[in-house]
Amino acid sequence: MRKLANDKSSTGGASATAGYSDEAEPHKYLDQLENVDPEEAKRWLNIGVDVSGENRSGTYIQKDCSIVHSGCGSKDVEVMGISQALQTYDWLSDYVWRLVSPDKDEFTKKAREKPHEGYFIRSKQGAVVKEPVQSCLYISEEGLSQHVHNIVIAEEGSELHIITGCATSPNLQRGMHVGISEFYVKKNATLHFTMIHQWGEQIEVRPRSAIYVEEGGTVVSNYISLSPVGSLQMYPVTYLEGENSVARFNSILVAPEGCELDVGSKVVLSRPGARAEIISRSITTGGTIIARGEMDARCEGVKGHLECKGLILKEGIMHAIPEIVGRVPGVDLSHEAAVGKIDQKEIEYLMARGLDEETAVSTIVRGFLNVDIEGLPPGLAEDIDRVVSETQNDAM
Amino acid sequence: MLKIEDLVVEVEGRTILNRINLEIPEGETHILFGPNGSGKSTLMMAIMGFSGYRVSSGRIFFKGEDITHLPIHERARRGIGVAFQRPPAINGLKTRDVVSLCAGQKVVDVGGLARKANFETFLDRDLNLNFSGGEMKRSEMLQLLAQSPDLVLLDEPESGVDLENVVLLGEIINELLERGVRHRKAPDTPPHRKKGTKSALVITHTGHILDYITADKGHVLYNGVLCCARNAREILQWIREYGYEECFKCAS
Repeated sequence: MRKLANDKSSTGGASATAGYSDEAEPHKYLDQLENVDPEEAKRWLNIGVDVSGENRSGTYIQKDCSIVHSGCGSKDVEVMGISQALQTYDWLSDYVWRLVSPDKDEFTKKAREKPHEGYFIRSKQGAVVKEPVQSCLYISEEGLSQHVHNIVIAEEGSELHIITGCATSPNLQRGMHVGISEFYVKKNATLHFTMIHQWGEQIEVRPRSAIYVEEGGTVVSNYISLSPVGSLQMYPVTYLEGENSVARFNSILVAPEGCELDVGSKVVLSRPGARAEIISRSITTGGTIIARGEMDARCEGVKGHLECKGLILKEGIMHAIPEIVGRVPGVDLSHEAAVGKIDQKEIEYLMARGLDEETAVSTIVRGFLNVDIEGLPPGLAEDIDRVVSETQNDAM
Repeated sequence: MLKIEDLVVEVEGRTILNRINLEIPEGETHILFGPNGSGKSTLMMAIMGFSGYRVSSGRIFFKGEDITHLPIHERARRGIGVAFQRPPAINGLKTRDVVSLCAGQKVVDVGGLARKANFETFLDRDLNLNFSGGEMKRSEMLQLLAQSPDLVLLDEPESGVDLENVVLLGEIINELLERGVRHRKAPDTPPHRKKGTKSALVITHTGHILDYITADKGHVLYNGVLCCARNAREILQWIREYGYEECFKCAS
């Protein structure tokens, strides 16, 4: 079974990265974020990136291959481009390509051959960074294949919250995004990572991520993709290498027609007391969703739960693949998967309270997608409503 | 308020209710007795218009209007409210939000209503998810308090409720129906002088709920046929004494 996942991770065959350009016109660095084009600023706000910088402890914005802005107003956290970070810290090279192999697939190879920056975010030892760091990876040049390499380090005892938004300019037809991300959560540190994608209808997206968690460390990762995207495939791996380390993954996926999402995560539980939870909620309104999840328990006294729930609102394919592997006695793993439509009983129940059918359906769908993610941009709830109402209009 | 004429209802092609005639005047509370499987819940579901309960003949009037073929939400908006026996759980939907939704255009004090239903601690939980039998009942009553319907349909309101909460439940029902003495506001105008306008149809097979609410009339449903209509307590006595079958024989 694991083979399947691995085969799938190099999806697209030999020519997958062909036909894209590796270079883009450079963009000017902006000292002041207020100078960002207002249209783009609006688009970024939808993905959680606020150019006012309010309630943010740091910001990194990359457009195509250029860093447009980077900086932070807190002494507790560092935010900079990866090449500058590598010049600043000799030790950092040990963290690069350590969790993800450059030879993993064609996309990782491409990212090594033609790197286009990426961010370095690090919370300092013992620091509790209250406000999130925001980052935005944006593609505006037609036909570009953007390759970023991100490193995130939450040092011992620190707390860090990151919101990453990825988007393309509205008129972009073709483009590809390859993002290598390596996360290090040190002893007793906590990392909250929320990623919101709003790609174009024909964009290909291949994130390649891995997370390493030490003793007592916690990683909470939220992933949200509600807008059409050509194809998206990712399968980040989390290594719970420390005792009592914790990983929690939430994903909310909506696949409109023409969309292919192959999204999941794998957690390897290797030390006593490690705990993991993967929760995925997905809705297809005509597209294809493969919702994967794997728990690999290699040590006694670990616990994991996996939950994949999918709704087919109109048409489309919903393929849930939950896998749980125990390699020793004394592990506690469970999974729950369900694919279906909205229960008519629930709709009529709400109708009996005076809601018309459409409102009842969107209320249930909003509930279905509600997995209590902190710090979501307010626009997202509206996006969910929009998706639902469009689907219903189509169906009528 | 509610008038049912010659109503025949089929479920999955089988006739469950046969030529039901029933009238509940404004301000009256009627009790519907009947053994398990007699069609009590089917009658309620048909009044509300749920799918799967096909009206093959007959008509349902509410406030003089023929509602036999109206969609569910239109019936609710005209003033019919229902408390289900086994309501479905809805993932991710907070009870608090549903209570607000029930109020429609009105603005309600959700916290205040929840206090009345002893349900404050459940407001931030997913609706009906892992609720016990008694908790579901209180959740249903809380939603009805917010909805404030003119005709209340209650399906076995006392089943699965512990002794302490059954008293509370009776109070809430009385409040919904603007009856009882507990919430009397002006002591010099006793409530029984002014007739209330709220009506109710309460389904029960044990009759325990009669200890807590005031019934104006009782009906017995047996094998899909309404066979007796008289004082609710009298009927209950008969059923306790002789059982439903004798009650049916006596009537026919």
